[in-house]
Amino acid sequence: MGGASRDEAVPARRASVTATALIGVGLMAAVDEIVFHQLLGWHHFYDGASSAVALASDGLLHAGELVAVVGGFFWFADLRRRGVLAPRSAWAGVFLGLGAFQLFDGVVDHKLLRLHQIRYGVDLLPYDLTWNTVGLVLLLVGVVLLVRDRGARAARRRG
Amino acid sequence: MTGVLPLPAAPASTVPASSAVAHVHAGGEVSFALVGWLLPVAVVVALVMAHAVLVTGRRRATGRRWSVGRTVAWVGGVLLLAAAVSPPVTAWAHAGARGHMVQHLLLGMYAPVGLVLAAPVTLVLGASTPVNRHRLAVVLGSAPVRVLSHPVVAGGIDVGGLYVLYLTGLYAASMGTPWVHVVVNLHFLLAGTLFTWAVVGPDPAPHRPGVRIRALALVLAAGAHAVLAKILYAHASSLPTGAGHDATEMQQAATWMYYGGDVAELALAVALFAAWYRAAGRVRRRVAPAPTGAPLAP
Repeated sequence: MGGASRDEAVPARRASVTATALIGVGLMAAVDEIVFHQLLGWHHFYDGASSAVALASDGLLHAGELVAVVGGFFWFADLRRRGVLAPRSAWAGVFLGLGAFQLFDGVVDHKLLRLHQIRYGVDLLPYDLTWNTVGLVLLLVGVVLLVRDRGARAARRRG
Repeated sequence: MTGVLPLPAAPASTVPASSAVAHVHAGGEVSFALVGWLLPVAVVVALVMAHAVLVTGRRRATGRRWSVGRTVAWVGGVLLLAAAVSPPVTAWAHAGARGHMVQHLLLGMYAPVGLVLAAPVTLVLGASTPVNRHRLAVVLGSAPVRVLSHPVVAGGIDVGGLYVLYLTGLYAASMGTPWVHVVVNLHFLLAGTLFTWAVVGPDPAPHRPGVRIRALALVLAAGAHAVLAKILYAHASSLPTGAGHDATEMQQAATWMYYGGDVAELALAVALFAAWYRAAGRVRRRVAPAPTGAPLAP
């Protein structure tokens, strides 16, 4: 952040990835809250099975998501304003953030900390598999975009 | 609340001020309603007039106009504060957990956002004589103010106070003893304002940490607030200690605390990063002036 005017027009790739990854994390957290907690009502606010440690980590993560998405948007806006946003890196960041959150939520929150399950009164296995596969695919899309962007730049430098 | 008229009840001024916080008693319901409105009306009149006096004084001293947006923030904060101590909300707060939670959100979170974004210290500095300005600057730069207004410390005072309130017998005491209730509400307002000022205050603060530390303090405070809300939800039948609230109502209040806290956190995050964004833009314009402004012509 901050950035001097000297590196104007040199794309800030790492910052582009980080800023949009924060947005991706926040977007997926918003989808989780709005779709699964509020609209579908599948997730429970508290299902009686969480330990104190799980509640603490959930609270901090929940608070962090909101600050991440707002901070990410303003950081993104600053990169654009300075003309140093790298669009390919930015797209990679969005997918990395979406996938990382989905996978973390599916593995750590649902399974390890047992904060709540995806749905109640059903066989969980297909839900868990779908949830985590979606997370993994999103994450891999992000990785592929990042690697291809790197490859393209390396080829340009050689050529 | 029948027959409540939002009038600045002039005849009621003969009644002792302490009865403004008294409970509703059979008989004097109408006069109580009028006396009850005395506090919120006094809050609005006193704080808006003080603002007007300072804006006028500042213009006389510096010749500069005060920002309309900051005045709007001040009036908004004052109205939220007045709403929190208005008869309908206080009666609701006495009746149970949900009303208490609404009052807590208004006093400790929403009103402070308006009051702090109005930059009251900047206004007071601008309206002061040079001697008083120097005195105020000394106070602001002193060690106690520096420690108390550190975002992490202020967050600890603010949310830590909530843990003490809800997890000890203090909550039950505040329900039973009027002066304890007043002190708890004052703590809500002052600690909430201190934390808000520490994180998003546009006022000058010589030792305010950078945006990262302030964002971290916001995450920690909002996280601790969300955790407390879930603890209250999980133990709704036994917490707050000795309050004897209906568990279903307590769970609803805890849910409001959780999502109401999100709204406040969102407001603070936007204020924090928007201020950073504007400041970064100003620095950039100073370092590299716009090309059109450059003296290209011979």
